[in-house]
Amino acid sequence: MIPEIGHFSLILTLFVALAQGGFALAGAANGNARWIAFARPAARVQFLLIIISFASLAWAFVAKDFSVAYVAQNSHSQLPLFYRIAAVWGGHEGSLLLWMLMQTGWAYAVSVFSRQLPDAMVARVLGVLGLVAAGFLLFVLLTSNPFERLVPPPMEGLDLNPLLQDVGLIFHPPLLYMGYVGFSVVFAFAIAALLAGQLDATWARWSRPWGTAAWLFLTLGIALGSWWAYYELGWGGWWFWDPVENSSFIPWLVGTALIHSLAVTEKRGSFKSWTVLLAISTFSLSLLGAFLVRSGVLTSVHAFATDPRRGVFILLLFTVVVGSSLFLYALRAPKVGLGGRFDLVSRESLLLVNNVLMAVAAGSIILGTLYPLFIDALGLGKLSVGPPYFNAVFVPLMVPALLLMALGPIANWKSAKVGAMLKRLYVPAAVALGVGIATPIALGRWSPMVALGIALATWIATAVVIGIIERMRATRSGLLAQPRSWLGMHVAHLGIAVFVAGVALVMGYETEQDIRMAPGDTVTAGGYDLKFLGVRKTPGPNYVADMGDIEMSRDGKILRLLHPEKRTYTSSAMPMTEVAIDANGLRHVYVALGEPLADGAWSIRVYYKPFVDWIWGGCILMALGGLLAISDRRYRLKKRERRASSKLAEATS
Amino acid sequence: MNRFLWPLVGFIALVSFLAVGLTLRPSEVPSPLIDKPAPNFTLPQLASPEQTFSPEGMKGKVWLLNVWASWCYACLEEHPVIMDLAKTHAVPIVGLNYKDVRSEALAWLERHGDAYTLSVSDTQGRVGIDFGVYGVPETFVIDKAGVIRYKHIGAVTPSAVRDTLLPLIRELQQ
Amino acid sequence: MKRLWMALLCAVIAMPSWATASNSEKRMLDIAAELRCLVCQNESIAASRADLAVDLRQQIREQIQAGRSDAEIRAYMVQRYGDFVLYRPPFKATTLLLWLGPALLLLFGLIVLAVSLIRRKQRVMNALLSEEERERADALLQHTISTGKEP
Repeated sequence: MIPEIGHFSLILTLFVALAQGGFALAGAANGNARWIAFARPAARVQFLLIIISFASLAWAFVAKDFSVAYVAQNSHSQLPLFYRIAAVWGGHEGSLLLWMLMQTGWAYAVSVFSRQLPDAMVARVLGVLGLVAAGFLLFVLLTSNPFERLVPPPMEGLDLNPLLQDVGLIFHPPLLYMGYVGFSVVFAFAIAALLAGQLDATWARWSRPWGTAAWLFLTLGIALGSWWAYYELGWGGWWFWDPVENSSFIPWLVGTALIHSLAVTEKRGSFKSWTVLLAISTFSLSLLGAFLVRSGVLTSVHAFATDPRRGVFILLLFTVVVGSSLFLYALRAPKVGLGGRFDLVSRESLLLVNNVLMAVAAGSIILGTLYPLFIDALGLGKLSVGPPYFNAVFVPLMVPALLLMALGPIANWKSAKVGAMLKRLYVPAAVALGVGIATPIALGRWSPMVALGIALATWIATAVVIGIIERMRATRSGLLAQPRSWLGMHVAHLGIAVFVAGVALVMGYETEQDIRMAPGDTVTAGGYDLKFLGVRKTPGPNYVADMGDIEMSRDGKILRLLHPEKRTYTSSAMPMTEVAIDANGLRHVYVALGEPLADGAWSIRVYYKPFVDWIWGGCILMALGGLLAISDRRYRLKKRERRASSKLAEATS
Repeated sequence: MNRFLWPLVGFIALVSFLAVGLTLRPSEVPSPLIDKPAPNFTLPQLASPEQTFSPEGMKGKVWLLNVWASWCYACLEEHPVIMDLAKTHAVPIVGLNYKDVRSEALAWLERHGDAYTLSVSDTQGRVGIDFGVYGVPETFVIDKAGVIRYKHIGAVTPSAVRDTLLPLIRELQQ
Repeated sequence: MKRLWMALLCAVIAMPSWATASNSEKRMLDIAAELRCLVCQNESIAASRADLAVDLRQQIREQIQAGRSDAEIRAYMVQRYGDFVLYRPPFKATTLLLWLGPALLLLFGLIVLAVSLIRRKQRVMNALLSEEERERADALLQHTISTGKEP
């Protein structure tokens, strides 16, 4: 019964979404106040209906209702409760329901946090969001319905893919989708502005916090995905330039360009049509990502199980949404005004160079990801494009971007003096060069890549610290008294510095050993001694594990025991590796069981990964920077201000 | 042309490629050995290991090399088709028993029938690697000069036999 | 002073990477990391646990013992599995666009930026000029109205 309620709720949502789209957009076009007023309540009703739908599916999982096909495919009677709930988004159909939850959730947020915007504008934004939601709902209802029943119901489910039975599944998709879907808000603002024929700095000011919010969620989502793959897949890699990973990274790069471009448009009213194009592109790339991941056109260990019919539908959705937006753009963008002027050297132009670099990086990754498909489609054979290509192409593009990161914040708006800027950069340059050269030498092995990476990271970090100190001195106030959006920028840039340092050090100094160990054998990694004691059988809730015991010691002192496992789940024959990691913020010692060999020996992989936590730590800092930026005072309407403005409105009416 | 139309133009090109992409099969790897001489090898025969076999011995004949294993489920699926093909005596079929245990392979043939002129044991899989084998089953069509003319990836189906393999075999036998 | 920095920088970049004691296992893993595991859903031969990957890693080890160079080992793989097995696409006619694309894109992007910045400067200048002219016209008009006389 409950799954049927969920199903019905989904259908209702479709109608509300279509109505919202239709009435709100038509109302805004005709100035019909009643229709315009329909937008906010409609958005809220949609969110409520999707919550009901989502809750019904969750209930089906919790209650182990295997008569629901999706539950039977992704659950098992012995699956622990928290994984049963996370399994709601463990497969294609349920993950779309999660997407819908986010889509309606963001629209709900817009309906709540938009008091200061003109109603017609809000109606247009919500109208566009409603139409996008309707598109996805059609997709779900027509090709990917999670509520389909299985008659007769099976006695047991197929179980959630063991790779997904992990805490990563609980957080990674929700955060990632918050990001992907969040960019639909800026997209909707852009379309609304184009429809209204009104594109000015105010539009940028309204869109900016939404863009930053989406960006910070996407950052966290990607970081979590990387961390999860690192310990789950068992080969110690944190980024493989896999098509699915690229699908999330491409919108992130363009999203980064977008938030920088919004800064230019807000401050100076310039480059509006470019910013609008970026706003359209970011969400379009989210949709492209969804297509690539679910259609089967690219091979990936992370891809969903696919059905060509779904691929066709998503492609259709993608074509309609993006095609119509770009058409509208071609029609309306020429009428957009010019905005303020600025010099060839100014903060605006430096931010635009950032945009070019981000856009070219995104374009290159798209090129590399889709190239095998292009070549195959043209009948020119089969190619693989993997990490060697992407690393060769991406890293050189990022070096100038990292250099600019210290320049941008100290450049004046409108017109900047090159000489004055360079003078302020002597200290960061000197410190960077010094630390960059000293670090690999201090760590025992010279490497130009490590030197470069550390130099760039130090360059940015020093510039950030100096910038903060100078401002605190100039305003004679403390750190927390500084405007949050300005602090946010610096924290985010610092996050990038930490990230770059982590990457440079890990890639420069990591070690990997894949060896045969008999009980009693010892191997050394990163200065630690790891003694293999043996493997014993241990049961789990829905699996049986071969649990290894590895004694980790240093200089003869035993530090701890590590327990890598090889699990065989009751439901699937595929054995799963559970890695054992010892982490202390400065390095990981990472051990994975391989295959059992003769006489109780096992093949074991041992990795030493210095500073690998800085990779994800840097990403968390970036997201924190974004959070600081959106909590800036100018976005918070204090009660006093609101009361004052409404009194003023009364007095003047 | 309005310069703001370029994004739309680029987009249409992209979508066209993606649409074609939906019709492709990205995980099927074509063989680079087509129209190249079959790699030479000498392997013990499965039934009588003191005797060996080498592709040299098949020169002058068109023949099939079918890669199979007792642990391979799809091989079981395609075996009836191979049996039918063998019964027509259209072409000799040599089996390459890939990474298998001899006793289990012999038992499998006992149980399901032996369609092969003979099978050879590639226990280490080295010959398989030389032929670019990456999955089981796979079937190669080799001509009179010992050149590989076609590789069928996956289980051989009746339609594949009828529409691709037999016509090619007849053509090569001219 | 600048030249000294440049020289120092060049020297730093040119300093040789002091190799650790040559480790054939590491060399095997480095080669295997750039080769695709054909039975996997996008994993390298170094990372994969599939049987074929284990076999191919062993093949690479033996080839290294036999003294083959990295290029020869890669050629061995390509001969059997095609270009598809290389994660670093070879530089040939069909991959020209792939390898040159990013550089061309960057060039294109920077040129478009430069051109649009210069053009915008001119356009804004033109707009301003007519604003100035309008202000002058306004001033003349005011003068005429207030004094009743032609300038």
